[in-house]
Amino acid sequence: MTDATSTPPGGGARTKSSLMTLDNRVRRRNAAEARFRAYGIAAVTVGLIFLALLLFAIVRNGVPAFTQTFMTIPVELKADKLDKNGNRDIEEIKKVSTFGYKPLIIDAMSRTLADNGIESPFAKDKDLEKMVSASASAQIRDFVIANPGRIGETVDFRVLASSRVDGYMKGRVAREDLARDKNLDAEHLDVTDALNEAGVLKREFNWAFILGADASESRPEQAGIGVSMLGSFFMMLVVLGLALPIGVAASIYLEEFAPKNRWTDLIEVNISNLAAVPSIVFGILGLAVFIQFAHLPQSAPLVGGLVLTLMTLPTIIISTRASLKAVPPSIRDAALGVGASKMQSVFHHVLPLAMPGILTGTIIGLAQALGETAPLLLIGMVGYIASNYPDGIASGFLDPNSAMPAQIYEWAKRADPAYYERAWGGIIILLLFLMTMNIIAIILRRRFERRW
Amino acid sequence: MPALWLLCIVLAIAVIGFFLGRARAMASAQGDARHLHSLPGYYGYNTALTVLVPALGVMIAWLILQPMLIQNAVSDAIPGTAYADTGALNLIMSDVRRVADGLDLAIAQGAMTPDAATALSTETTNIRETLAQVGVALGSDVEPYVLSAAQDYRRLNGIGHLAMTVIVLALAIGGFAFAYLRTNKDFRARNVVEKGVLAMLIFAASIAIMTTIGIVLSLVFNTVEFFKLYPWTEFFFGLTWAPSFGGGSELGIIPLFWGTFYISIIALAVAVPVGLFAAIYLSEYATPAVRAFAKPMLEVLAGIPTIVYGLFALLTVGPALVTVFGPDATGWMGGSRAVITAGLVMGIMLIPFVSSLSDDIINSVPQAMRDGSLGLGATKSETIKQVVMPAALPGIVGAILLAASRAIGETMIVVLGAGAAARLSMNPFEAMTTVTAKIVSQLTGDADFASPEALVAFALGMTLFVITLGLNVFALWIVRKYREQYE
Amino acid sequence: MYDAPASEQKVTQNETKIAARNVQVFYGSTHAIKDVNVEIEDKTVTAFIGPSGCGKSTFLRCLNRMNDTIDICRVEGDILLDGEDIYDARVDPVQLRAKVGMVFQKPNPFPKSIYDNIAYGPRIHGLAKNKADLDDIVEKSLRRGAIWDEVKDRLHAPGTGLSGGQQQRLCIARAVATEPEVLLMDEPCSALDPIATGQVEELIDELRENYSVVIVTHSMQQAARVSQKTAFFHLGNLVEYGETGQIFTNPVDPRTESYITGRIG
Repeated sequence: MTDATSTPPGGGARTKSSLMTLDNRVRRRNAAEARFRAYGIAAVTVGLIFLALLLFAIVRNGVPAFTQTFMTIPVELKADKLDKNGNRDIEEIKKVSTFGYKPLIIDAMSRTLADNGIESPFAKDKDLEKMVSASASAQIRDFVIANPGRIGETVDFRVLASSRVDGYMKGRVAREDLARDKNLDAEHLDVTDALNEAGVLKREFNWAFILGADASESRPEQAGIGVSMLGSFFMMLVVLGLALPIGVAASIYLEEFAPKNRWTDLIEVNISNLAAVPSIVFGILGLAVFIQFAHLPQSAPLVGGLVLTLMTLPTIIISTRASLKAVPPSIRDAALGVGASKMQSVFHHVLPLAMPGILTGTIIGLAQALGETAPLLLIGMVGYIASNYPDGIASGFLDPNSAMPAQIYEWAKRADPAYYERAWGGIIILLLFLMTMNIIAIILRRRFERRW
Repeated sequence: MPALWLLCIVLAIAVIGFFLGRARAMASAQGDARHLHSLPGYYGYNTALTVLVPALGVMIAWLILQPMLIQNAVSDAIPGTAYADTGALNLIMSDVRRVADGLDLAIAQGAMTPDAATALSTETTNIRETLAQVGVALGSDVEPYVLSAAQDYRRLNGIGHLAMTVIVLALAIGGFAFAYLRTNKDFRARNVVEKGVLAMLIFAASIAIMTTIGIVLSLVFNTVEFFKLYPWTEFFFGLTWAPSFGGGSELGIIPLFWGTFYISIIALAVAVPVGLFAAIYLSEYATPAVRAFAKPMLEVLAGIPTIVYGLFALLTVGPALVTVFGPDATGWMGGSRAVITAGLVMGIMLIPFVSSLSDDIINSVPQAMRDGSLGLGATKSETIKQVVMPAALPGIVGAILLAASRAIGETMIVVLGAGAAARLSMNPFEAMTTVTAKIVSQLTGDADFASPEALVAFALGMTLFVITLGLNVFALWIVRKYREQYE
Repeated sequence: MYDAPASEQKVTQNETKIAARNVQVFYGSTHAIKDVNVEIEDKTVTAFIGPSGCGKSTFLRCLNRMNDTIDICRVEGDILLDGEDIYDARVDPVQLRAKVGMVFQKPNPFPKSIYDNIAYGPRIHGLAKNKADLDDIVEKSLRRGAIWDEVKDRLHAPGTGLSGGQQQRLCIARAVATEPEVLLMDEPCSALDPIATGQVEELIDELRENYSVVIVTHSMQQAARVSQKTAFFHLGNLVEYGETGQIFTNPVDPRTESYITGRIG
């Protein structure tokens, strides 16, 4: 210990100071500390503010989609228009197209105005047509075809108001906007106000948005997300049916049986990299392999499901392996010790114990797949108007359909801003599904989680 | 649907096989399971698996291969004079398939007898009209060689289906017979079944590899096709992106790269400081209560689908930025779609990604390091800046690289928020486009898959795949190295 | 001196450096330290001994407020350093820890060069006027840490590349570099082999010339070898405190005797 010198290393430069007084340097350092901490708080706050803004935007813009403006109008089903020959022949009645019903609606509107003592500001009653959704004539026609006996009567119909009237009722369309809008004039809004006061116009909860089908570009008031919800449902069936068994089987092999060699190393590296491959690349894969190569039908939920399966597999494998790893070796040893084969020990003991973890991982993987859009764009699940419910199970898998996120994208692309409201509303439904799935996963984890 | 029926029959044979195999084993042991080598169920499984695996394997392979083989056979029969290049051939082939499917449909609907369908000729019948009646729309009138190819196609398809049915059923019954005859009390059924199960497990594990191979092959083949039609030098070094489906497109990737890069940089400039500081605060400063609230809340951001962020960019952030920087204010911004819109929103999306990865990494720095520094009289921030961060740096770099690869591969936000114009510009308020957005725009719609304008999407995808894969491999390697250091 | 039996060590009365009065420590609802009174002298090695979980490390960590980093830990009573209460609201733990340095159980060099490890403390406390000054401090500290000869040729190699014993001496040198008045050592040799332990013990003895050293150890032999004063902790109580020689040869409390003779532990 010859190196030790008797003076302290700093040469005794420091004078003895009291602990009770802070020197300037410590004060400066403490200020830096406070600043640093403030940056941290600011960062967390910024993150939370972004989340709050996002949720606020979704709720504020999306909630109106769940209500819709309806009006009840008395329509006289004039026999001379609908059934010229008067023989109530259903084939002849069917020949009258929806166009033939328009005059009835216009009449009904002007009668409604008259009944409520509202003076029509229009020179021609025809202008009133713009206030009613184009879907109304189809609705009335369907009624007439179903009940040909009621031709000649006056029946009260609850019809959708047009999207502009609806937008005005919801505050989405302002009077200033009308200058650029050829679909509606200021007079229409006056009539709307009057009808609203008279209680003819009503904003009601719109089940058709949740359960209904998509509509063409020009009638946003009629569009619903129900059909694409079914598309998503069939896709999730495919994902669940394939990704869960394959993922679990692959994880069991890799975790329990695989020898440590190059091949398994390669599989492992490959899986962790696949999990980070951009989803759009899976779309290209689906397009090239399932559609170009295997000639599976375009836009079919089956193909969407296959693509999402491949995309979800790495997630499921990674979480399944983690839950298999969490089962302690003592369980395996105990089973092997009483003479079970390796396979029996895994299937009888390890797998059941790991099941809650596997299910949690699978649900989270499914939630991811449910919200994924990009690959669906490439296999043609966008740009398709999902207007028909599938007829059965086979048609559910194979007939062209859309999916919830793809439907939302489709609405976001459409020119009519009324569709934006639908897109936000669709997001609320999608997020409700995702939230439910995640809550189930959390409950599963809480309930069955075991600490060894 | 014959394939479905076939599947049901095979399944039924397997179920019957299970019970018969089990019964035979029990019988050979005089009804006493203790005399058996394996549990009785294993004999049943053995029979069922021997029926199912070969039969279904052949069926799946057949269903995949048959269309390809028939396609090749039929396209050889089409006269070379009828088409100029492979693109035209593909169009003809899709007509052939549509005619063939239409004829099948017509027979199924009873609009035509099978014999009448076989005897059709383009001179006597207007096939386009006939098929339109059953709901199959054709783009043009049917040429004679298309009809004859379609007839060939139907004939080969019929033969193929018949052969498949026969072979699959033969395999199923043969498998049943083989396993059933082998079943006796000394047969080591468990070992055989377990080997079979292991083989299935290995197969499942290989699907991940097959996915990668599928990705690579589908990208490589189409990219090679593309480079046959378009010089690769112009693709990689071209400064203009101007596809036109009429021909004469300029397909330079550089403007797309620039857009991708620019947007990713903005995204990272938002996500890295916010995410990193949030992670530091949550792991080093926050009380347990704050952490228990803020951490899951930030992770909610990660669970929100990208389409939501896309819409948020298009309809909320973009218009908000326009009110600040738009024509009515500073005038910097023309429209709501811009690099800054997409970058900002993508940054928000990446915050939880950066923060939770960094959080893990910061937490894996041993507490002893912090104690050492605090014990020397360092403040917490000095400890973090000078000890924890340098120790965690490799891991954090890895996390940032993973975030960058996310940003580069992100699609929905840029499709909705960034715009469609390919541009080389420094102005973040301008609309630009990215590699992913162009993949989507080139492959959606009714593009002809043989044209360079559609095939370029595969070359773009290939480039994207290579870049993100490189980033991921590198980042995962760094992170793994880092973890090993402290384990 | 190193090999001298504890009973023969020369004992001089030094002034009190740290005085603890009625110190209680709680971890959540656990009462970890119960009413400890002790006076630690300057220029003396004081050893805290006792069975595992007796609270000796906890008490040591109270002396430079390292327990502040644990959320659920609560300290009551007074601990005075040179007559000033270190738990006073006006005291900044940062300033306190500059005066009361600490060496930990496991060597914990920072993932930096040897030079930067030593220079870390002087840099944050602003002890060096310039680079030459800093070089000087680093050299002197490494000499005091008795590791200079081993590392002087590779000052810019990473500190983590040293052997365990070297790492621990590096950590001691690092603690010395900030010119503390008290050095706390929490089982500094438990992760070291016997040869490295010998080197560190020798170093501790040298350090006594300038500092008040408090060492926690579970090795009674080590306490006997390096310390002048010994405190025996048991179940959170300070059972006995006195001259090392006296504790080991003639303990007053029967619990101390049981521990020394190996009946409890």
